Amino acid sequence: MNERQEWALEVEDLTVAYADKPVLWDIDLQVPKGVKMAIIGPNGAGKSTLVKAAMGLIKPVAGEVRIFGNSRDRAEGQIAYVPQRATLSWDFPTDVIDVVTMGTYGRVGWFRRCGAAEKEEAMAALEKVGMTDFARRPIAALSGGQQQRVLLARALVQDAPIYILDEPFQGVDAPTERAIIEVLDDLADIGKTIIVVHHDLQTIPEYFDAVLLLNVRAIDSGTVEEVFTEEDLRLTFGGRVGVLAASGGQVEVGGEVSP
Amino acid sequence: MAIPISNGAHRDRDRERDRKPVMDLFGDYTLRLVALGSAVLGATSGALGSFAYLRRQSLLGDAVSHAALPGIVLAFMLTGSKAPLVLMLGAGLAGWIGTLAVQVVVRRSRVPYDSALGIVLAVFFGVGLVLLTYIQKLPNAAQAGLESFLFGQAASLLRRDVVTMAVLGAAALVILLLLWKEFKVLSFDPDFAAGLGLPVRRLDGVLTLLLVVAIIIGLQTVGVVLMSAMIVAPGAAARQWSRRLAPMVAIAVAIGIFSGVTGSIFSSYVPRLPTGPTIVLVLSAIFVISLFMAPYRGLLWRSLRFGVLRTAPDLDPVLMHLYALSHQHPDDPEHGHSVAVIQTMSPPEAKVDAALERLADRGLAQRTADGGWAPTPIGRREAQRILDREAGEGS
Repeated sequence: MNERQEWALEVEDLTVAYADKPVLWDIDLQVPKGVKMAIIGPNGAGKSTLVKAAMGLIKPVAGEVRIFGNSRDRAEGQIAYVPQRATLSWDFPTDVIDVVTMGTYGRVGWFRRCGAAEKEEAMAALEKVGMTDFARRPIAALSGGQQQRVLLARALVQDAPIYILDEPFQGVDAPTERAIIEVLDDLADIGKTIIVVHHDLQTIPEYFDAVLLLNVRAIDSGTVEEVFTEEDLRLTFGGRVGVLAASGGQVEVGGEVSP
Repeated sequence: MAIPISNGAHRDRDRERDRKPVMDLFGDYTLRLVALGSAVLGATSGALGSFAYLRRQSLLGDAVSHAALPGIVLAFMLTGSKAPLVLMLGAGLAGWIGTLAVQVVVRRSRVPYDSALGIVLAVFFGVGLVLLTYIQKLPNAAQAGLESFLFGQAASLLRRDVVTMAVLGAAALVILLLLWKEFKVLSFDPDFAAGLGLPVRRLDGVLTLLLVVAIIIGLQTVGVVLMSAMIVAPGAAARQWSRRLAPMVAIAVAIGIFSGVTGSIFSSYVPRLPTGPTIVLVLSAIFVISLFMAPYRGLLWRSLRFGVLRTAPDLDPVLMHLYALSHQHPDDPEHGHSVAVIQTMSPPEAKVDAALERLADRGLAQRTADGGWAPTPIGRREAQRILDREAGEGS
């Protein structure tokens, strides 16, 4: 057995550049199976880019991504991806149940239509995110929190071993945030690996057990206790975040102050 | 008296119009052929155009149809044949190379997508015009008729043309139906499609190829200049009337067929009225009507819906309370607030529940997942507008 298989996701020497400007520089990262990891860093740190490179959506200048020890190319369908809500066109003519059913398209197979079994799976996923009443609603008529729940339900239907969510809490209501966290906890309990691009430092210790601090380079990664320290946060965010105090093992983080 | 005379004339002509085209459609071989060809072109461009519209690739259709012109002329110059399959193959190849050229320009340079489309369109169309002018000066008369590809000439459609169009169109529609769910997820969320393990780039290539096929089917009838209207308008009009993809595509196909047949009948009835431009005019009329009249999305509907607010003073206070409450959650304007809270803010006799429902009907408030209520972005804007107006009146 390959020793690398203990890692769900492994990134080695990854460099990504847009128009000759590096947005990710020489990233090394190992994500163990079954963790809930947050990726945090300032705007422009390359968080979404790292996620997209891991998904194979962006071609890196250099480096490698391995999933369960295999090269990216042989790992199609292993990652359930929840993209940033704002990047989608919510004016697309479709309804909630149809979007959630898209999660089954990978296994339904070519030339075949989704049937009652797929609809049932989709309804079950909608129930997990508390959206069964909205199944026939056009997606154009959803609030931000409802949109985010639909995207999560679609990823649940895909039933992949790794879940990657890009800013799932951005602009959602508090009940939605709680609902998402509950679903992610359930997924972690059954051994799924969860990676979340996150922006709210205050909720990190509560929601996650591992952290990657990113600012073009990987500043540090590891368990929340090891990595989520005042020093590492300063290195990541520079002068833009005032770290007020570290007390009782929990780091308190203040708002933005001018550099 | 001028009025009765003109009325009489109209009535005569109306009667004539009622009778003649129907007769022609079944009796006149040329009109039947043209109408059939236009229906095929309307159906395929309606279906594939819907996807182009949803993928924001409407301009790609314009670039492809212009880029097809040099292909048509070169195909004739190389083979000396004007067989429909030869010319369409040339058109399709040139259009396909045009889309590849756009991709290469976007990927290899910092030229943005729309500019790349414009450049490719102009270069290919220019080369096409040069070649067309060049062969027209040759002593050989066999090239006559190629210039009709500029603006289309439906009357030149032969049986073999319509058969070729029908076969290509049917093939394109069958492939579209077979790959329906893949094309749907590709159009809505290509990144997620890639995550599912679908070969996104190849699917994208196939869908673009089908768009090229839809375009070359129409070139002889509508011409390279107006073909983009056939791609854009049916989908854009159909979107106004539908909330899901399958009805949208079906309506776009119906609009395409209706425009094709109606345009053919009009132009055969009125002397010297060109078929292609007439089809495009019918289509444009349908698009304009859809833009204004469609329920929910139509401009008329929306202005009525939001205009009503000013005549419903009982709704304003509830909206303002909701707006004030939403300020308690500046990070989360869509946080839900319970009816009870709003009721305590209102006079005891106010029917808050009913007012909230009516605000929701107007798109100003929405029920949240936890059973509460929150103002929508439109509702917040409307509330701010009322505040601004009151502030203006106060000073």
